[in-house]
Amino acid sequence: MEEGSRPGLLGIPHPQMERSSTLGCLGAQAALVPVHQGRDLKLCLWDLAEGRNAVVDSVGLESVGFCRGSILARGQQRWMLAVPGGGSDEIQILEMPSKTSVCTLKPEADAKPGMPMCLELWQTDSSPRPCLLAGYEDGSVALWDVSERKVCSRIACHTEPVMGLDFDSQKARGVSGSAEKALAVWSLDEQQALQVRGKHELTNPGISDVKIRPDRKILATAGWDHRVRVFHWRTMKPLAVLAFHSAVVHCVAFAADGLLAAGSRDHRISIWSLYPRS
Amino acid sequence: MRPSPRLGPMWRLGPMWMPTAPCAFTSFPLNRMDPVPSSVRLTVREAVHTLSSSEDGGCIFSTLGSLKRYLGGTENPALPGEQEEFARVHFSAVLRCLVSKLNPDWLGLLPNGQLEELWASFFLEGPADQAFLVLMEALEDTPGPSFRLMKMARLLARFLKAGRMAAVMEGQCRQQAELAFPLLQEALLIKVVGLPDRLGNCLQHENLAEFFPQNYFPLLGEEAVRVLQAVVDSLRGGLDCSVSFVSQVVGKACVYGRQKEILGVLVPRLTALTQGSCLWQRVCWRLVECVPDRAMEAVLTGLVETAPGPQVLARLLGNLVLKSKKARFVMTQKLLFLQYRYTTPVLQSLLGYLAMDSQRRPLLVQALKELMETWGSSSAIRHAPLAQQCYVSKAVLICLAHLGDAELQDSRDELLASLMAGVKCRLDSSLPAVRRLGMVVAEVASARIHPEGPPLKFQYEEDELSCEMLALATPQPAADSPSEAGPPVAPVAAEAPDKQTVEGGVPQVRPQGSDSELDSDDEFVPYDMSGDQELKSGKVPMYVRDCVEALTTSEDWERWEAALRALEGLVVRSPAATREVSVELAQVLLHLEEKTSVAGFEGLRQRALVAVTITDPARVAEYLTSQFYAINYSLRQRMDILDVLALAAQELSRPGRFRRTSQCGSPGPTCPPSCTVAPTWRAVVDERIRRKTRRFSKGSSRQGPAGSPNEFNSVAGYFFFPLIQGFDRPLVTFDLLGDDQLVLGRLAHTLGALMYLAVNTTVAVSMGKALLEFVWALRFHGDTYVRRGLLSAVSSVLLSVPAERLLEDLPDELLEARSWLADVAEKDPDEDCRMLAVKALLLLEKLKDKLLPLSPP
Repeated sequence: MEEGSRPGLLGIPHPQMERSSTLGCLGAQAALVPVHQGRDLKLCLWDLAEGRNAVVDSVGLESVGFCRGSILARGQQRWMLAVPGGGSDEIQILEMPSKTSVCTLKPEADAKPGMPMCLELWQTDSSPRPCLLAGYEDGSVALWDVSERKVCSRIACHTEPVMGLDFDSQKARGVSGSAEKALAVWSLDEQQALQVRGKHELTNPGISDVKIRPDRKILATAGWDHRVRVFHWRTMKPLAVLAFHSAVVHCVAFAADGLLAAGSRDHRISIWSLYPRS
Repeated sequence: MRPSPRLGPMWRLGPMWMPTAPCAFTSFPLNRMDPVPSSVRLTVREAVHTLSSSEDGGCIFSTLGSLKRYLGGTENPALPGEQEEFARVHFSAVLRCLVSKLNPDWLGLLPNGQLEELWASFFLEGPADQAFLVLMEALEDTPGPSFRLMKMARLLARFLKAGRMAAVMEGQCRQQAELAFPLLQEALLIKVVGLPDRLGNCLQHENLAEFFPQNYFPLLGEEAVRVLQAVVDSLRGGLDCSVSFVSQVVGKACVYGRQKEILGVLVPRLTALTQGSCLWQRVCWRLVECVPDRAMEAVLTGLVETAPGPQVLARLLGNLVLKSKKARFVMTQKLLFLQYRYTTPVLQSLLGYLAMDSQRRPLLVQALKELMETWGSSSAIRHAPLAQQCYVSKAVLICLAHLGDAELQDSRDELLASLMAGVKCRLDSSLPAVRRLGMVVAEVASARIHPEGPPLKFQYEEDELSCEMLALATPQPAADSPSEAGPPVAPVAAEAPDKQTVEGGVPQVRPQGSDSELDSDDEFVPYDMSGDQELKSGKVPMYVRDCVEALTTSEDWERWEAALRALEGLVVRSPAATREVSVELAQVLLHLEEKTSVAGFEGLRQRALVAVTITDPARVAEYLTSQFYAINYSLRQRMDILDVLALAAQELSRPGRFRRTSQCGSPGPTCPPSCTVAPTWRAVVDERIRRKTRRFSKGSSRQGPAGSPNEFNSVAGYFFFPLIQGFDRPLVTFDLLGDDQLVLGRLAHTLGALMYLAVNTTVAVSMGKALLEFVWALRFHGDTYVRRGLLSAVSSVLLSVPAERLLEDLPDELLEARSWLADVAEKDPDEDCRMLAVKALLLLEKLKDKLLPLSPP
């Protein structure tokens, strides 16, 4: 586990360390290396294996925005990294560990979605083409086909910047949270078109992160109201409000065994066991 | 105990009282006058002679056989007239002769115990009352332990086992009232009821189990039922009978304190027998009516306690309360006003009985009036123990539940006046339990007495007692069993499974791979989300001065509330900044009013004040104590001052305290009761977090308490002395020795707490001296809460002032306190006061023990 440059950003290594993901910053993989994204315009790869904590590599970034990167594992030694690019509305895709830039995704001139705020790379088992979901400053979520470098679909889910999103590729359904007082659930149909499925009101505005548990039963949100909220993923029924932190919760993450971790600006990380998996 | 010699010869006269048919009595004078001895007399005289002289077993056997003919039941019985004469005149003499012959040699004259069997049959088959009296007389005359004594004791046991006691009583019942022989009946009564005592005296360690009271009185109860059965049978046959002897037996047994044993058998049987039988009911009523006045109370209390409900009681007693003055007194006065040890079901039986018949209802109305009068009397409230007040209150509520609106309207003004007086006195009381009692009764009673008015509604915390009382106020379904009353249990049962799933953690999630669309919704049970409220952030002041400003001038209520919530933390984090404005801040907080509804306002304000006081103890304590005696404060504010001082002193005196621990605000053992109420919400939240949080380790973040000096030492004087001076100077708005005794009680408690916390400080001795003087001045105060405070203050002095200083500096005060404590421990009406006094006395004793080992060298 590690903390980001802002207090409260953290990641949870996978128990088997095959694919360490970090949250708040990034996940890494293969070489037992988590990644760390700092404000110093650098993305660092850390070797945390066997209790080590040394930076093994770093990637220079061109943007100093709020946006966190996303990682997609593509094989034992190959992985793909999505990070905000040089232009304010650009997203850069890197092939790792060689750090070669694959492409830069730039929205069409008339779209003006603002800065990308959150990224989610994913790939279905059937198709080799990676996709990227990006939440933008204007409250819209866009689906990019990375190889074609074009937007497949874009919907306006929120009126405020999208702060976090997660996607369940099996059900083709995703959820996003923004600065406003609601969560949006949307789905992806066969024609690669996004559709809003519903909005769920919250008690307090501001969601900084959303994560679906790997078993796709529940999801957790990190709230500006210092609370972590847990919902039933299929029905979106509220299940729990975890009030422990005394400042904004930046991020949440699920471990493969179902434990939930939340990192907050109050310099604390809380670990929760909820609805344990049998 | 021996039988009185005066009675002895009386019943030996025999003929006068033999239980026979009335016709026998007509021939009685003739018999007496007749100079010619009858054939029976000759036979008996001869037989007695033979028995006393003969050593020949066969001869004795045949003589006894010839006498046995007169008892009937043999193949060759004597003529009825002769039997009657024998029973009336000669039987006692023969029995007495038989008793005198009883020894091992005599019984051994014939083999196989034939003689003994024949001997015993005279006692078991002859007229029971004579046999019983002769046996008892012989038992008491025989010096024990001896062969003869044991033989006769066994015979008496057989006599009881054979049910002859019923025959004894039945004989008395069959007698005509005018022919009964009172002195003899009295002797019989004393012996029947006193049998366990007498046998215990005679036999000492050899006593048989049959004669133990716990075995004998149930048997007596069974026998009484059999007698009553016989009485009912003969009444059905048209014969006149009296049950007064049975009444006397039952009455006397009850007076001896054997209600449980005898009525425990009698009541269930009579309950069953009187069900649906008018004759039995009449016999039963007669039975209770005939109980002598001096035994009436014992019998009635026993019956009320044993009867399972008002219906049964009404069946057993009938309209007894209307017929017997004594019974009316017991039922409507003694059981309601003079005693209070009975349980609620007993009260319900009693008042339910009064309510069940239209003739008895005026008594119930009268009882309610008198109950209300007692309830409303201020002197009763002051002097009666709490338990009795509860008892009277329950009785009031039960009466109200039974009475109809029309009946209440007739005496409405009277009831209302008493009610209002009682409510006023109770609300003035400084004991929470008394106040709550007043509120519960006032709510229920005003709704009944004055139904058209606006309903009274008080805010009180429900406890076991108030729930029980409210349940009493609802009329009960007509059922024999009182157990149907009480809080309903159904909702609890319905909730249970739900709770289980939440508590039992978390439902199972199916293994990954099963189709999640099929999973049911209720697979995940939501946690409690009631704490999820809107977050009011963004307006929280960051500095103590900002808080002061926000609290005094802000019209923005969100900011005001945020400032109040943040204040304690800010004060604790920035002590230097706080000290600059400490008195000003204390003043603001003391005058702070709850302008908007803020959850936990009292607790927030109190904790902030405590934090300020801890940060700058000398100046803030000086300010607060000066304000305590200032004009223009409400009682609430004055009590807040006391609470804050006690809590702050507790914090200061705690060795190695943490800055943040003040948050919990856990009150110490000496803290006054009401201050525990306010800050519970935080405890609830903390508890919830603790329960739902899984912590991997607790180790490193905590440090062991660091040693530090008692910070209270240097400032104890600022807390204590300004408070203790001036309690006897009344202000216009504040008179501690007058109406404001609640504050005086709190002051006494607070001073005691400060004294206790000043342990090991240098000022403890002078504080102790001042406190003992304070206690001495107020020791006879009429208010219970004040006395409790004084007693706990004495204990604090004994605990905090070093023993040798106590003895050197305060010997006279200690002696005075000791005699006062002994007095309180014995006589105070309040149980807590007595207990506190005993504790203080124990501390005094310990003090003595501590000093004694030092004195010899």
